[in-house]
Amino acid sequence: MKYIFLIPLLPLVGFLFNFTIGVRVLGRRGHGHDDHGGGHGEHATPSPLVGLVACGTVALAFLVSVYAALEAHAAPDHTIVETLWTWLPGGAAQTSSGLLPFSVDWAYQVDPLSSVMILVVTFVGLLIHVYSVGYMGHDPGYARYMAYLNLFMFAMLTLVLGANYAVLFVGWEGVGLCSYLLIGFWFAKQSASDAGMKAFIVNRIGDAGFLLGIFLIFVTFGSLDFRTIVDAIGARHMPVEHAWTGTLTLIGILLFVGACGKSAQLPLYVWLPDAMEGPTPVSALIHAATMVTAGVYMVARSSAIYAHAPKAMLVVAVVGALTAIFAASIGLVQNDIKRVLAYSTVSQLGYMFLACGVGAFAAGIFHLMTHAFFKALLFLGSGSVIHGMSGEQDMRKMGGLKDKMPVTHLTMFVGCLAIAGVPFLSGFFSKDEILWSAYKIGDYGRWVWGIGLVTAGMTAFYMFRLFYMTFHGSFRGTEEQAHHVHESPRTMTVPLLVLAGGSVLAGYLGIPAVTGLPNLFEHFLHPVLEPAHHALAGVFEAPVPGPGVEWGLMGASVLVGLAGIVVGRHFYKSRPEIPEGLATSLAGPHRLLLNKYWVDELYGAIFVRGVALGGGGALHTMDRLVVDGGDGDVRPGLGVNGVAWATRDMVAKLSDFFDRWFVDGAVNLTAFILDNFSYLFRAVQNGLVQHYAWAMLLGVLFMIAASRWIPL
Amino acid sequence: MDFYREHLLSIITYTPLAGAVVLLLIPTFKRNDEAVRWFANAVGILGFLVSLPLWFWFDRSHPQPFQFEERFDWIASIGVQYYFGVDGVSVLLILLTTLLGAIAILSSWTAITTRVRQYYVFLLLLQSGMLGVFCALDMFLFYVFWEVMLVPMYFLIGIWGSARRLYAAIKFFLYTLVGSVVMLLGILALYFHSRKIPGFETTGTFDVTRWYGMGIPAELQFWVFLAFALGFAIKVPMFPFHTWLPDAHVEAPTAGSVILAGVLLKMGTYGFIRFSLPLLPDALRQTMDLFVVQPTVLQFMVALSIISIVYAALVTLVQKDMKKLIAYSSVSHLGFCMLGMFALNPLGLEGSVLQMVNHGLSTGGLFLIVGLIYERRHTKAIAEFGGLAHVVPVYATFTLLIFLASMGLPTLNGFIGEFMILQGAYSANRVWAYWAVSGVVLGAAYLLWLYQRVFWGQVTKKENEHLADLNARELATLVPLVALCFWIGLYPKPFLEFLHAPMAAIARTVQPEAVARAAAPAAAPETPVAPAH
Repeated sequence: MKYIFLIPLLPLVGFLFNFTIGVRVLGRRGHGHDDHGGGHGEHATPSPLVGLVACGTVALAFLVSVYAALEAHAAPDHTIVETLWTWLPGGAAQTSSGLLPFSVDWAYQVDPLSSVMILVVTFVGLLIHVYSVGYMGHDPGYARYMAYLNLFMFAMLTLVLGANYAVLFVGWEGVGLCSYLLIGFWFAKQSASDAGMKAFIVNRIGDAGFLLGIFLIFVTFGSLDFRTIVDAIGARHMPVEHAWTGTLTLIGILLFVGACGKSAQLPLYVWLPDAMEGPTPVSALIHAATMVTAGVYMVARSSAIYAHAPKAMLVVAVVGALTAIFAASIGLVQNDIKRVLAYSTVSQLGYMFLACGVGAFAAGIFHLMTHAFFKALLFLGSGSVIHGMSGEQDMRKMGGLKDKMPVTHLTMFVGCLAIAGVPFLSGFFSKDEILWSAYKIGDYGRWVWGIGLVTAGMTAFYMFRLFYMTFHGSFRGTEEQAHHVHESPRTMTVPLLVLAGGSVLAGYLGIPAVTGLPNLFEHFLHPVLEPAHHALAGVFEAPVPGPGVEWGLMGASVLVGLAGIVVGRHFYKSRPEIPEGLATSLAGPHRLLLNKYWVDELYGAIFVRGVALGGGGALHTMDRLVVDGGDGDVRPGLGVNGVAWATRDMVAKLSDFFDRWFVDGAVNLTAFILDNFSYLFRAVQNGLVQHYAWAMLLGVLFMIAASRWIPL
Repeated sequence: MDFYREHLLSIITYTPLAGAVVLLLIPTFKRNDEAVRWFANAVGILGFLVSLPLWFWFDRSHPQPFQFEERFDWIASIGVQYYFGVDGVSVLLILLTTLLGAIAILSSWTAITTRVRQYYVFLLLLQSGMLGVFCALDMFLFYVFWEVMLVPMYFLIGIWGSARRLYAAIKFFLYTLVGSVVMLLGILALYFHSRKIPGFETTGTFDVTRWYGMGIPAELQFWVFLAFALGFAIKVPMFPFHTWLPDAHVEAPTAGSVILAGVLLKMGTYGFIRFSLPLLPDALRQTMDLFVVQPTVLQFMVALSIISIVYAALVTLVQKDMKKLIAYSSVSHLGFCMLGMFALNPLGLEGSVLQMVNHGLSTGGLFLIVGLIYERRHTKAIAEFGGLAHVVPVYATFTLLIFLASMGLPTLNGFIGEFMILQGAYSANRVWAYWAVSGVVLGAAYLLWLYQRVFWGQVTKKENEHLADLNARELATLVPLVALCFWIGLYPKPFLEFLHAPMAAIARTVQPEAVARAAAPAAAPETPVAPAH
């Protein structure tokens, strides 16, 4: 019996309900839109049905996911594939093995990798749905918001359940659409609508690369099906490509372009910080826990391809590492609480790619999972803060909130510890796994390990900067805000507590092997990653350093993390004048970071105003003046109108000439001839009798003469 | 029933014409505009209903390429026949035409208030002309219908258009006429060549199915291809023959734009698929001497397609008028159709035809969308709007759906077409796809930016504060289009089944070597294979 399709279908039903009945019937409460997520209780309480349907469908999807994951675990190959219908049966096209028919099924696949994803997505998603009921309940667009959130769940689950690249791409674009709709949820606000559009278009640039990668996959393998591809790589004994020019290398790089868009890596990361214009639960769900990790999932899904293309892995590792440190550096100085978290997300995603780039796909997915917990927690915590502060997001206006918001304070503290890599919390295990995986392969692994280590320190620093600026010190907001600050309602704090629990415990699924305890997570994923690991054994041939080194590295990363925390506490709790002094003494670098390296401005100038608008404008002018040859006020020279008008003019002039000189000429000539010859004939009949007498005489004479000479 | 079945194509083609004649003859319609509207709508819906059996009766797996044939002599002395017949390509385009025709008529209810009877007469005449083009298999008959279409469109733009309608109408008419005259030369050249077919020495024949295998010399193929290409490329339109389109669209009434974008442009792409490729396959391999470069005809056509995609998409970005924006986007989308076609593999060809249908649905929808707002505000300038999603949420939702279909979002039809085209192009020559894929990015950019400027933000103009949302009639024009967009996006199989056989046949004609290699990959691929004539 087929049931996996229910996992994405349930939220889709929720969407359809809320988008039609919810919006039109249940949610009809006047017009107007709040400009921030705070939402003030001037509206009537929303119909509970909206939230019930939205959360209920996701909860059911979670239950089905649990069942599916268990079933898949017990199944042979640990995989269940469910083919629903033949989606795209196209004609044949050339591939590397001749003309092959193109065909794609709409099929879902549950294997260990997608099990992890559906569980994370539905579980964290459910918590964020519940949280949203509290956070967005008073917004006039509440039903529309819940509908979009459900639609997102449908798309995200399609993405991770798709059994081939085409269905994955359906979800891929679908989550992009939902991201667009939810970032621009308060579309009356210019910055929100700009951010939504920016997100979609930048993602599309990545998608273009992704599409090209998919095309090359079909040309190479004659199929887009994950299992067929993995089998083909094994069956054909495809060699590991050590050069830059191989097919698999190109596939890997093109797919990674897509991942860079969706997962906000250099140089396509620019949309994610702006995406914070959306409601905060959206930032938690889409722009931290789930959607942005789709790129990591896709790379891990393609692990067999990457393992045969070390150069593509090098690209992934380098881009990941550079993004990690680049985004962390920006995060050091931002003052908007959500922006700090946004840059932190970009940075952590870089970490995940770094892991994939050194062949540690399991570590990448492990970090994806732990990050989903603690980053969702941090975002929802910040949302709780913003909620309590009536929409304020600037940390310079916060401070001292720990007593007024105890649950938020406590859970945020857990989240900060987890992301900072403090031992025995989830972030520590996953981050350490990545760093160790990088170091142990030698070669470029050592470089990215170094970058990762520095980034870890910076991460700890900016997270505790955020923590102390928000919760400690004295309150720096307005009187009114101070009066209004309150702890958030149950629907919001309960998800925070659950996520805090997850942030602590999730790490124990992946305990480092060096401790002698089993690494359950890696073991669980092994069936999916086995082909990759098999190939990787031949790629990274450096001898693996001993356990002593591993313990040492672990100690180093813990020390770096603790150092970051201590400095953050010192700067922003004990001695706030130090960072202020640094900002003035290092004004140049500070401005560079504060303005995010002016990348947005640069892109705006080159791509938006330059290529797109400038190029479009120039071509439009060309269309009018060159292709058309001008119209209206401009006298056409060449081009369409030029030819048309020249033809008209020429034909007109020619026919005018012809008319005047030939047609009219002929007419006039006839008239002229008749006129002039008429004189001749007129002369003979002028009515004078003596002329007639003369004529008669001449005639008689002529006839006499004629008879004389002409013999008749 | 038998009569209906045997004369299905004629009945489909002349139903609108009959409606037009009735409108002209019955005096009541002269005085009563409301009666004209009811009657025209009835004819439009009837036209769609009588065409519907094609979907069910057409045998998609039948080896015979053309079905529902009707044939009798017309001008026997020069071999002209009245010869109708359809393959899968024509079936899809005929159904698209009758559907969009009915929708176009429905959309004109309140938009047209002057010379109502004449308007519907022209619209129905146009409908018959277009259907005839898709049915005709006799080249002479084809040409007659091809020219017949021009006249009503000319009047629709020239009479019911906006400010610069005369310029646009004349430009449209003359431009396409120039193309068709050159095409006529090509037709005549092939006709005279047809006298070499045994049995046709004295009369020759215009029967296209006879022409398919008649062994046209390569040199002649080359010149006829260019003559056809000019005629068809103007109609498509491809860069640099596209400038009549924005003008025509901006000036045309809504229904005119819907038909123009939805169906008329497909005449060009249809011409390539029906005539240029199967008749003149050898022309594609010949080189053209363009002074600086010597591309093959194929490379030249592909280059024009890619330029159309990218160039038009960039120009679209800077448009200030909604209709002009959509017109330019059409040029870009039709560039995709051309690219898919010249990938010359079944996948690309199928994608190309499906994309013709998709473009008809989504761009037809886009022009309806603009028409709806134009009727309310009497302006199409983007700057006049903003924040409409607050005022007309249902309209905003439908607009977004059609925009998404147009920009190729998966689960909607545009994705299927673009994906097949790009995959086909990539398989043929990956560089083509690298260029064309930029159109996908730009497509999202210009549509989303348009959406932002019109629907998002605050309501800035007083006139926009109390616009009416869609009424039932307006919904009835949009709902079928959106439903079809989802159908094709989710389950395109029934549509593609119409295309498998004819497209495989074309691919066999234009690429006999590749197809033969695929049929026997193991057996000595070096063996030369005779062309499949």
